[in-house]
Amino acid sequence: MRNMFAEALYQEATKNSDIYIVVADISPVGNMAKFTSEYPERFINVGVAEQSMIGICAGLALKGCQPFAYTIATFSLYRPFEMVRDDLCYQNLPVTVVGMGAGVIYSDHGGTHHTMEDIAVAGAIPNMQIIAPCDPAEVTEATRWCARQKNGPVYLRLGKAGEPDLTSKADPWMFGKLRRLRKGSDVAILSYGVIAGMAAELADKFTAAGKSVSLYSCHTLKPLDREGIVAALKSHDHVIVIEEHVPQGGLASQTKQLAWDSQAKCRLDTFTLKDEFIHNFGRHTDMLTAHGLSLGQISPQVGLG
Amino acid sequence: MTSISNSFDKRLAKERCLRYRRRILDISQQVSALHIGSSYSCTEIADCFYNALMRTNPDGSSPDTFLMSKGHGCMIQYTILEDHGVLTKADLDGYCKPEGHLGVHPDYGTPGIAAATGSLGHGLGMACGMAVAERRHSNPGRIYTILSDGEVQEGSTWEAVLMASSLKLDNLIAAVDNNDLQSLGRTSVTHPSFYPLGDKFRAFGWEVAEVDGHDSQAIFEAIANRQGGRPFMLVAKTTKGNGVSYMENIPIWHYRSPNKDEYRQAIDELESAR
Repeated sequence: MRNMFAEALYQEATKNSDIYIVVADISPVGNMAKFTSEYPERFINVGVAEQSMIGICAGLALKGCQPFAYTIATFSLYRPFEMVRDDLCYQNLPVTVVGMGAGVIYSDHGGTHHTMEDIAVAGAIPNMQIIAPCDPAEVTEATRWCARQKNGPVYLRLGKAGEPDLTSKADPWMFGKLRRLRKGSDVAILSYGVIAGMAAELADKFTAAGKSVSLYSCHTLKPLDREGIVAALKSHDHVIVIEEHVPQGGLASQTKQLAWDSQAKCRLDTFTLKDEFIHNFGRHTDMLTAHGLSLGQISPQVGLG
Repeated sequence: MTSISNSFDKRLAKERCLRYRRRILDISQQVSALHIGSSYSCTEIADCFYNALMRTNPDGSSPDTFLMSKGHGCMIQYTILEDHGVLTKADLDGYCKPEGHLGVHPDYGTPGIAAATGSLGHGLGMACGMAVAERRHSNPGRIYTILSDGEVQEGSTWEAVLMASSLKLDNLIAAVDNNDLQSLGRTSVTHPSFYPLGDKFRAFGWEVAEVDGHDSQAIFEAIANRQGGRPFMLVAKTTKGNGVSYMENIPIWHYRSPNKDEYRQAIDELESAR
């Protein structure tokens, strides 16, 4: 995802001289090096100073520029939270705050590097928009959209590297709209971000068990496609949400709310990170398993062997 | 083409500052609180920025930007903007009223207000970003900002101080309203190591001048004669509530409005200083 973000941003930045990238001692790889050497005046490394990263982005946007702030998700959203809230959201500035390696991807780095509650935190702020692409191609779509929009601030939640392609046969990407990756009629699986790969594997298992499965990328977490989710709840007997986020304030809790509000009759199962700091220092999949998020743990709970 | 004052009329500056203080005093009678002491503390600095240093385009606009980082001092900014015709008398009469659009802190979207401030430690970071953006232009605008000494205690301010220096933002001109007084007492008592303040900015690579913050001529000359090539910090020694004896250096006048007797005494004192 990082590489695709860098590539997409480079493509946009070559066409739009208002695009700046402000990083905090972490830089996307790939074509970002090319961008840095070709447009050094539009690449700013603030060092380990994230409050300044957001403040500078706000100042740039107040003068008509289209900045991107980029660092590891915890440091792009939590450390400078009040700058994100006051400077970006309160003033409704078109700044993209990129949170790289969100969720528990930095599994072995410990809880200081985990971003488990970012959708709830960012989503609670008025004016903030949130996008969490599910694969590298969606990163390209989302980055392109962020570079061109003037609605206001965006929190762009990214993974790191190695995510599989999930969207080559999907419906077109549209900001604010649930994206159907596979069309079925019995079971619907909603997910977003890196863990959508696990959702796709679960869909495969359902298909192998003879079920007709819809798979959705809920890439835009705010504004949430309420109509799209309600339609999925109403057109499937069984809906499953899988997300790499704590139970409160993410897609799972909002889908439950929508199910209640819309008097949905379907079975609804949600799988999230636990509301718990888990001291596991293994790989990403080990940490997800510690939170109860693995195919082996989810399958029996949704009627699959 | 832009123009800048190449001379400074001390007498006119004094007259303006008295008029601004008087206007703020009048508005104070409409509300229970308006940060009067904080505005009087930086009256001469704001006046000098707006009326002597910021340049004017032929159409009357300015290529330069003023950002009130110490948002609670915005009453002086509102008053100057009214004087410049950017805000109206009706705007100021509506201060902190439900039908008005001017609040205790400057709000983005209000005419003449470059950014929303109020929470301390945000202004200098945004000013850095503005200064970077202005460098795209062949004749870059200058960013003027006033910080309180309170917000110089914020870590975020020092992040921005470091960045402004590293980016060599020579179009950034800041002033610290150094009145040595904050909510719970003297800054020099809470943080003895806060001083010497000028040396700290010098150590971070800024050009620094230290002046009497109520001496308009000294403020103008320090900034007009700066060497340039890096960001500039004016460490201005000021008195909170300057101009009204019973307000000076008394923490409660950070915020409250005078009663009728206090109002009349303040008017007498301001007028006698003419």
